[in-house]
Amino acid sequence: MASISSAEPSPSFVRRLSTFLHKHPALVLILLLAVPLLWLGVIYLGSLGALLLQSFFKLDDFTGLVVREFTLDTYRQLFTQANLDIIIRSAVMAATVTIACALLAFPISFYMARYASSTGKVAFYIAVTLPLWSSYLVRVYSWKLILAKEGVIGWIFQALGLEPLLNAILAVPTIGGPSLSVSMYGTFLAFVYVWLPYMIIPTYTALERVPRSMLEASADLGARPQQTFWRVILPLALPGVIAGSIFTFSLTLGDYIIPGVLGNSAFFIGQVVLVQQGTAGNIPLAAAFTVVPMVIMFIYLFIAGRLGAFEAL
Amino acid sequence: MPQNEMSNISNPLPAVRFENVSRHFDQVRAVDNVSLEIRDGEFFSMLGPSGSGKTTCLRLIAGFEQPTSGKIFLHGAEVGELPPYERDVNTVFQDYALFPHMTVAENVGYGLMIRQVPGAERNERVNQALELVRLPQMGQRKPSQLSGGQRQRIALARALVNRPRVLLLDEPLGALDLKLRQEMQIELKEIQKRVGITFVFVTHDQEEALTMSDRIAVFNAGRIEQIGTPSQVYEHPATAFVAGFVGTSNLVRSDIAQKLTGSAQTFSIRPEKIRMVEPGTPVQNGWASVEGTIREVVYLGMFTRYIVAVEGGRELTVVRQNLDETSMDVLNAEGKRVQLTWQRAFDRMLETP
Repeated sequence: MASISSAEPSPSFVRRLSTFLHKHPALVLILLLAVPLLWLGVIYLGSLGALLLQSFFKLDDFTGLVVREFTLDTYRQLFTQANLDIIIRSAVMAATVTIACALLAFPISFYMARYASSTGKVAFYIAVTLPLWSSYLVRVYSWKLILAKEGVIGWIFQALGLEPLLNAILAVPTIGGPSLSVSMYGTFLAFVYVWLPYMIIPTYTALERVPRSMLEASADLGARPQQTFWRVILPLALPGVIAGSIFTFSLTLGDYIIPGVLGNSAFFIGQVVLVQQGTAGNIPLAAAFTVVPMVIMFIYLFIAGRLGAFEAL
Repeated sequence: MPQNEMSNISNPLPAVRFENVSRHFDQVRAVDNVSLEIRDGEFFSMLGPSGSGKTTCLRLIAGFEQPTSGKIFLHGAEVGELPPYERDVNTVFQDYALFPHMTVAENVGYGLMIRQVPGAERNERVNQALELVRLPQMGQRKPSQLSGGQRQRIALARALVNRPRVLLLDEPLGALDLKLRQEMQIELKEIQKRVGITFVFVTHDQEEALTMSDRIAVFNAGRIEQIGTPSQVYEHPATAFVAGFVGTSNLVRSDIAQKLTGSAQTFSIRPEKIRMVEPGTPVQNGWASVEGTIREVVYLGMFTRYIVAVEGGRELTVVRQNLDETSMDVLNAEGKRVQLTWQRAFDRMLETP
């Protein structure tokens, strides 16, 4: 550095390479993004495309082979009464689970974001995500034990002398069953339990981003706490709740384990997909069924967007 | 805003009154036994460094904080535990706190909507407020589409539209660049004169406080050091802290003070009051004089700051307008022997801490 002589040794390969890369930022971007983009583009979107393609084929009933010709017959099959029942049942369950999750998650998230101390936040965060650390199957089967006729819930009802109430609840047609673990109640409870963290975390994140001064400004302008909640807090948290609902809704629509383990053997979309592409070998119908949740999600997000749910983003 | 009777009626009750108010956060005395009176219709500034308690005082007036002890009165009525939404004051927040999911017009009309002012009147008042802050066309925009200066004005409009009796401003110009800030200082003062509302303005910028205020309270460590008009605070600082925080001051302590005044009491003298003359120039009656060597020259364009080392290892700062000198002249002055003189009348005796 002291002398700038012409006899400077030629820079090393690494230095020349880094200079070259520094001068070509676009190349660096391509190199960095190539692998994730390939992953996203080919494996992720590609498989989705293959799925869509499959749904436009159909199964030959006689040979049991997939006919690779464009047809809407498979989609037509979705609209048979039995299949429609499954779709409606799944969608209603997903919507109910989503609403229950949102109602449970909001106060928890609100407390975490507004009132908990920093250590309290960490504790809450761990408590909320802790169930995700253990196996999903274990948790679902433990619900089966909890909800079984001889389980702890049944025992509580018995101890309180409320058995007639439990029996009345279980006697409701369609959603009832011999015990909580073989009824829609069990399916519902397990779904809410399993997906709740996916609702809490985005809701909490959205609430955490609302500055205190915004709530103070609302109060300063004359709004009572209740008005501040409806006019400021809820609209600002809504994108988070919607993000959470995408998880809870689509995860419920696609799940086949919970209704299999805890339910009154009424079919859900996830189970149909499993059966059709596995046992029945009807991949086109399975594909068509998986398109259903996607379409529902698109419609849902479209309506949410129209209603201004993302204006605070 | 057209109809405002407040400014014409002389109200003997102070707009805001603090009676021995303290606010402690655990062990920290954010506000420590403060008593003050803010007159109705006055532009009152709370000036101090960060952590001096000025913002906490503002939040006590707004109702975001409750005093640990003492009483707060708004127009003679004790507000005590009254929540913010039941106080006739509005706040312009430091970060503006505009609602991102609402348009500018919805933001400005928020307070009126909450108070169930009918739609037509609400629209009219929102438009008036937007005109007052000179942003009449911006109603349909979202806050995210505005510049910092525009957001600041919208925050002001949102508060003023409710015609509060007291407007609280929490360092509202802090995030703006210098030029815009100076423009807004003049504009704020004009708006205040026009609407006649009491403005309580929190700032750490002494120039801002001097420019805009009718009176200034200088805060330090949770206490008020001095309350007075800008000229009182600048020309007659009560304490060494005020002398140092509002403008720059030379503190002349014990030994030199003894030599110059015959008493060891510390006094302050403003740098612009000191003249620099050739050594040996005769000293007039009523003038102080001390010799020294120019140790450092800071050329500031409009004027030059000289740091002069005087006897006893002390330094005095002198500011001189660059009337006849060029930058070369002033920079060559370093190391020169000079005589400093000033009128003794400008000495300010300070309460020794």
